[in-house]
Amino acid sequence: MSSDTKHAAHAHPDGWTYVKVGVILTLITVIEVWAYYVPALVAHPFFNPGLIILSAIKFATVVLFYMHLKYDHRLFRVLFTGPLIIAGCTITALLFLFHHFKTVS
Amino acid sequence: MATIAAPSLASAEDAYAENSGIWSWITTTDHKRIGTLYLWTALFFFLVGGLEAVLIRTQLAKPNMGFVSAETYNQLFTMHGTTMVFLAIMPLSAAFFNYLIPLQIGARDVAFPRLNAFSYWVFLFGGIFITVPILFQVAPNGGWFGYAPLTTNQFSAGPNIDFWVLGLQILGISSLAAAFNFITTIINLRAPGMTLMRMPMFTWMSFVVQFLLVLAFPPITIALFFLLMDRFFGTTFYEIAAGADPLLWQHLFWVFGHPEVYILILPAFGLVSEVLPTFSKKPLFGYNVMVYSGIMIGTLGFGVWAHHMFAVGMGPVADSIFSMMTMLIAIPTGVKIFNWIATMWSGEIRFTVPMKFAIALIAMFTIGGISGVMHSSPPADLQQTDTYFIVAHFHYVLFGGSIMGIFAGIYHYYPKMTGRFLNESAGNWHFWLNFIGFNLTFFPMHFSGMLGMPRRIYTYDAGQGWDLFNMLSTVGTYILVVSTSIFVVNFLRSRTRGLKAGNDPWGAGTLEWSIPSPPPDYNFAQIPEVTSRYPLWDLKDPAKTAGIAHSHADSATITDAHAVPVHEETERHTAKSLGIPMPFPTSKPFFTALAMVSMFSGLLFRRSGHDSIALTVVVGGALLFVSGLYSWLTSPLE
Amino acid sequence: MSSHAAAAHGAHGAGHDDGHAHHHYTTTGLEHRKIAIWAFIGSECMLFASLISTYLIYKGRSIVGPFPHTEWVNEAGVVFKPILNIPVTSASTFVLLMSSLAMVLALQAVQLKDTPLPDGANWWTRAQRSSQGWLLMTALLGMTFLGFQAFEFASFVHEGLTIKTNLFGSTFYTLTGFHGAHVTAGVLWLFTLLFIDRKRGLGPKDELIVDIAALYWHFVDVVWIAIFTLVYLIQ
Repeated sequence: MSSDTKHAAHAHPDGWTYVKVGVILTLITVIEVWAYYVPALVAHPFFNPGLIILSAIKFATVVLFYMHLKYDHRLFRVLFTGPLIIAGCTITALLFLFHHFKTVS
Repeated sequence: MATIAAPSLASAEDAYAENSGIWSWITTTDHKRIGTLYLWTALFFFLVGGLEAVLIRTQLAKPNMGFVSAETYNQLFTMHGTTMVFLAIMPLSAAFFNYLIPLQIGARDVAFPRLNAFSYWVFLFGGIFITVPILFQVAPNGGWFGYAPLTTNQFSAGPNIDFWVLGLQILGISSLAAAFNFITTIINLRAPGMTLMRMPMFTWMSFVVQFLLVLAFPPITIALFFLLMDRFFGTTFYEIAAGADPLLWQHLFWVFGHPEVYILILPAFGLVSEVLPTFSKKPLFGYNVMVYSGIMIGTLGFGVWAHHMFAVGMGPVADSIFSMMTMLIAIPTGVKIFNWIATMWSGEIRFTVPMKFAIALIAMFTIGGISGVMHSSPPADLQQTDTYFIVAHFHYVLFGGSIMGIFAGIYHYYPKMTGRFLNESAGNWHFWLNFIGFNLTFFPMHFSGMLGMPRRIYTYDAGQGWDLFNMLSTVGTYILVVSTSIFVVNFLRSRTRGLKAGNDPWGAGTLEWSIPSPPPDYNFAQIPEVTSRYPLWDLKDPAKTAGIAHSHADSATITDAHAVPVHEETERHTAKSLGIPMPFPTSKPFFTALAMVSMFSGLLFRRSGHDSIALTVVVGGALLFVSGLYSWLTSPLE
Repeated sequence: MSSHAAAAHGAHGAGHDDGHAHHHYTTTGLEHRKIAIWAFIGSECMLFASLISTYLIYKGRSIVGPFPHTEWVNEAGVVFKPILNIPVTSASTFVLLMSSLAMVLALQAVQLKDTPLPDGANWWTRAQRSSQGWLLMTALLGMTFLGFQAFEFASFVHEGLTIKTNLFGSTFYTLTGFHGAHVTAGVLWLFTLLFIDRKRGLGPKDELIVDIAALYWHFVDVVWIAIFTLVYLIQ
């Protein structure tokens, strides 16, 4: 059993993949910061959701590739995503309870 | 790590053999001894919390009593709640986690024995830290829920709340450390063949609880940290004048507080799920459904917190959602009740003391559950909230549920822990007086509550229809004092005078009963391969388990190279003679915990204006803590 | 490793044959500490969720400035500019992202330590074997991030925002301060690994201790990814 996990550990991507992931993360960050300085984009109703989606992509990329969740034992996926879902629901519920989702401006 | 200990290290094991002496307890890493420490400490705090309750009920016995002052009363009810929740029920559950989980899953210890010792010492120091102030009349006085802004400097200028904020922060670290340990233990140290769906139900419910701890304690850690910053460093988290929201604390607290309710009850559910099958001579009815309902309760438990806050006016949408979620969570809880009844149905029931406590849990928890569903409805809750009706409700679930379940567990497992039975007739007296006293104390509170008596008032005027009910409650409390005294004497005396118990005094079906009582330090000389949920019944009475799934028909067939068939171990060896490596005794967790607690306590000096002393103690404590950690982590475990 | 590890071997196991004797039995075949660190990370999700929720709940509720994204004029007519410095924080965000890259390469270097280099390996293949180099780079990038944070805090205080000033100050410093404390602990952890590496060399047998440090480090990074968007970019 332990020899299986050892194998799994070596199925990780090579160094170039990590570098490519780093480049993608940098590019997304550049887009985020660039958008911050374009008033027309900031005024757009999709600005905030768009930024949140971009940061979620970065979040997922680091977790899947750098933290190897994509390649590792599924137990770790359960241990991470379960709490993450509860945390996300808690944030959402709290913001709702404090009236953050009212569209009136 | 070689399986043969180096000769120079073997002396550590000899030291282990000396199971007496305070140093052996300070340095122990044995889960059973740590469980024993938890049990004794938590029982002590249970008596402290009970004593506080007695003083409260004495004050309330008659209208306009002057037994204690209003301020003392505030300290008493705050510390009664805080003690019972954090220093009695949680650590009593932790005592069983420690003692039973490794035994039930066929392991030799927990995954991180030293972290386990650390958890206990942090708990002990935190418990002392938060309890001692009451002797000097400076105990926390803001309720166990500590609502800010009431607990900010503006309204609570004294040091009272400081002890509470820092004390709970310390206790939280203990619970979190223990939870990571048990999650790892349950995932990774199960005996061969013990799949998740073959784990004993106590281990299952404990497993769920560890996740609740891991996810519920961070929100209170943060809420307490905000309060700590407000109190010591002048931040504005709870300062209404700066625009703070008075509901922030309430939400963060109950995001923790409601899962905490399940942290308190699920271990008791687990214990009775061991007791009921044993004394009904039948496997637990609907095992899978019991597991799923436990997980459901745990998960839904994170989505119902705002039902503690219907009275603050969250609006109809929020009220409806939380009301619905609360009604929903009653379903898996009800399922458990029916499964326990079905377990007893047509069983060969033996009415031993643990069985009586277990049955009492089913009945009393049902009453508390029903009153709980009553105030899941916001209109009803608005009438009931902050009255004695609520006090009645949560004592039916926490005393009628958790405490009854824990007593069932203590009577059931005492023979395993000590090798001797608790005296049965004293146990019967304890049970019946406890049962009568409990109902006499808390049932009348439904009425005084419905008649409008508010919680937390230190006295009341005559002629409001509350006098009789309060007197009954107080009499009930004195009966509880008698019953608890009987228990304490029985607990102490039976250690040396109780009837001797063998491996399996009750004819139970799980692994912890296959080894001697009390278990040797290594637990299992040979790790068994488990083929069903009740391995010991497979061995001794296969007819009982004929109806449940087995991995192979013959329990003597072994597929795992690491294990031997399920068997009974009656001989005692030493770990050394068996070649089993044991963790060394070490005082490092003790001193690391001490350093961490002193780091927190340094902040108290800031209250008295001694900032330089505060800084010295906090920084000094932090440095000692970090060096303690380094020294601990760089020394070998075994 | 734990005592259990020998669970299986127990009575018979002493001095037994197999090369696996030192390898402790676990139910899943996974290492205890790796399971524990993931459970810890799950718990940290709730910790930062509580901090982030509070920041967002109190967003725009401060009665007095300075404010993060908008200008504020006090009673005396003094103008306070929007306080967040996006260019500086973008730079520090980039630094932290790159530290994650260095960390994952450090882990890879430890895993590959015993694998012989192919003949004529290029500079990159050889560079990837330097666990000390990557560990040092990760730690230095982490320290750079902390330097940026110290600079940010100092300039905010200079501009009139302390932790006591308003709700924004309290929530901002606490949220980013909690994160900074995590980075500090991580830097300490990395230097410890670097020390061990220099003293006795980290190899594939030490994969676990580097792996759990890396998981912690990456998690601290993803928390910053969330903070950067929710605190700095969204207005």
